[in-house]
Amino acid sequence: MICKGRAWKFGKDINTDVILPTKYMNLRESKELAKHCLENQNPQFAKEAKEGDIIVADKNFGCGSSREHAPISIKGKGIGCVIARSFARIFYRSAFNIGLPILESGAAVDGIEDGHELEVDLATGEIKNRTTGESFNATPIPAFMQEIIDDGGLMGHIKKKLKT
Amino acid sequence: MGMTITEKILARGAGLKEVEPGQLINAKLDLIMGNDITTALAAEELEKIGIKKVFNKDRVVVVLDHFTPNKDVDSAEQCKIVRQFAREQGLSEFYEAGNVGIEHLVLLENGIVVPGDIVVGGDSHTCMYGAIGAFSTGVGSTDMAAAMITGELWFKVPETMKFVYTGKLQPWVGGKDLILYTIGQIGVDGALYMAMEFTGDTIDSLPMQGRFSMANMAIEAGAKSGIFAPDKTTEQYVKGRAKRKYEFYASDADAQYKEVVEIDVCGIEPQVAFPSLPSNTRNISEVGDVPIDQCAIGFCTNGTIEDLREAASVLKGRRVHSNVRLLIFPGTQEIYRQAMKEGLLEVFLDSGGVISCPTCGPCLGGHMGLLAKGERAIATSNRNFVGRMGHPESEVYLSNPAIAAASAVLGRIGSPVELGLKA
Repeated sequence: MICKGRAWKFGKDINTDVILPTKYMNLRESKELAKHCLENQNPQFAKEAKEGDIIVADKNFGCGSSREHAPISIKGKGIGCVIARSFARIFYRSAFNIGLPILESGAAVDGIEDGHELEVDLATGEIKNRTTGESFNATPIPAFMQEIIDDGGLMGHIKKKLKT
Repeated sequence: MGMTITEKILARGAGLKEVEPGQLINAKLDLIMGNDITTALAAEELEKIGIKKVFNKDRVVVVLDHFTPNKDVDSAEQCKIVRQFAREQGLSEFYEAGNVGIEHLVLLENGIVVPGDIVVGGDSHTCMYGAIGAFSTGVGSTDMAAAMITGELWFKVPETMKFVYTGKLQPWVGGKDLILYTIGQIGVDGALYMAMEFTGDTIDSLPMQGRFSMANMAIEAGAKSGIFAPDKTTEQYVKGRAKRKYEFYASDADAQYKEVVEIDVCGIEPQVAFPSLPSNTRNISEVGDVPIDQCAIGFCTNGTIEDLREAASVLKGRRVHSNVRLLIFPGTQEIYRQAMKEGLLEVFLDSGGVISCPTCGPCLGGHMGLLAKGERAIATSNRNFVGRMGHPESEVYLSNPAIAAASAVLGRIGSPVELGLKA
């Protein structure tokens, strides 16, 4: 699958409270959560990010809480994928589990500025910066995680396992 | 090759003789824990795929502690979903209202979690049970749902980072200071994906509540888990509480570590984490003039009776500064009751403090004491992210209970030593 969109650049250690402020944890619907996604960090993002746009962040993206509302709000916003230098581990697991594509690449983070136009091949992990013409390769997704994605997330994976 | 305590526990859960870091395993779980916020999502996942029953009604624990007592109508609806789920499932361990406490302290206090367990929880501070020698880690609601259905979950066996603390602690320095100091040294992703193993002669004599604070905050260094090898202190804590048989595991002498960090504690002062990361630590002597508007003592990190005693020892016979709102959050109803028996609640009331029921409350910006724009709080909680306790332009400073209590009296961040107190 290919996703094309504008890069929204964020710094390091973007935590789950910043991705989705806790005061909205009494909401559960993804579109409702999406309205507040990253609003304290970049109010413009919450208002203007479009379907297919891409979040590019430095190290330790998603650190903090285990509350899945954070990745759900990003997915609900229609973000095509998140590229980061590294991810916090609970966020990493949860993103795969709910089917939010994420890619790790330090070189891509260094070579992409806010507002650049990107094209990402999720199957191969190739990240093209259409603004600069540069290309980057993300760390390949472990085969086991790929299986979960192919089953449509962890619940799909469990459902399949329960059937067999 | 030798194994670490974490590897041994995970090997037991996976039914394997040995495991090594990086290995993907499927492990049987001893407990799955969730709260009002995370269980609501997990329950919906079960319903979506038509699962009627959890794998074992005695091993799924639910505690309504985050937005309770219901902070608003949406939270009330959310709690209602979770309560209904717990009743339909016939969960034997369901805690709310009169028997509630902050989830991690409820599980520890009631012996629901025992040494040697493998536990996942829909809360990032689930890593706290490492204090008694269990492997425990936080997961999202989808992992939690999968775990509730199958009683198993996949793990990548983490590498272990060993911390060796040596020497005698300074007055007013405890487990909270050790973990803040450590996170200050290695950063908020210093132990990313890893297990932190806390050892050394300082740890051997560290009381259980100090171990609670340290294991609780392993996640703040990015770790999967934080663990202490069980010892006499552990035995003393778990005997009489444990609801199941337990097992003490220990690392082999030839176990492999990703890194060994040695820390001489003799020179470590009480620590204060400045906004907006737990790694942004300073010695109390280097804090400078930081006036505060609020002081919040308690929560899962420092809500034990020992923590409340420490705060009360500073507040006894003193009044909170007129510019400061002091809020006390006992960890559980039992701790609340004990504090009452010991006269600690009277000390808090006499000093001008407000006592809350056990709840996560303002720690995560929920309710019961949020901050306005530009306001500043010192708290014994575990996170000081931007907007964590209220307005995005408010600030949270993290410390141990003695420093927090002294700061409430001084009206600025300071130490009990400034009040003429000796530990």
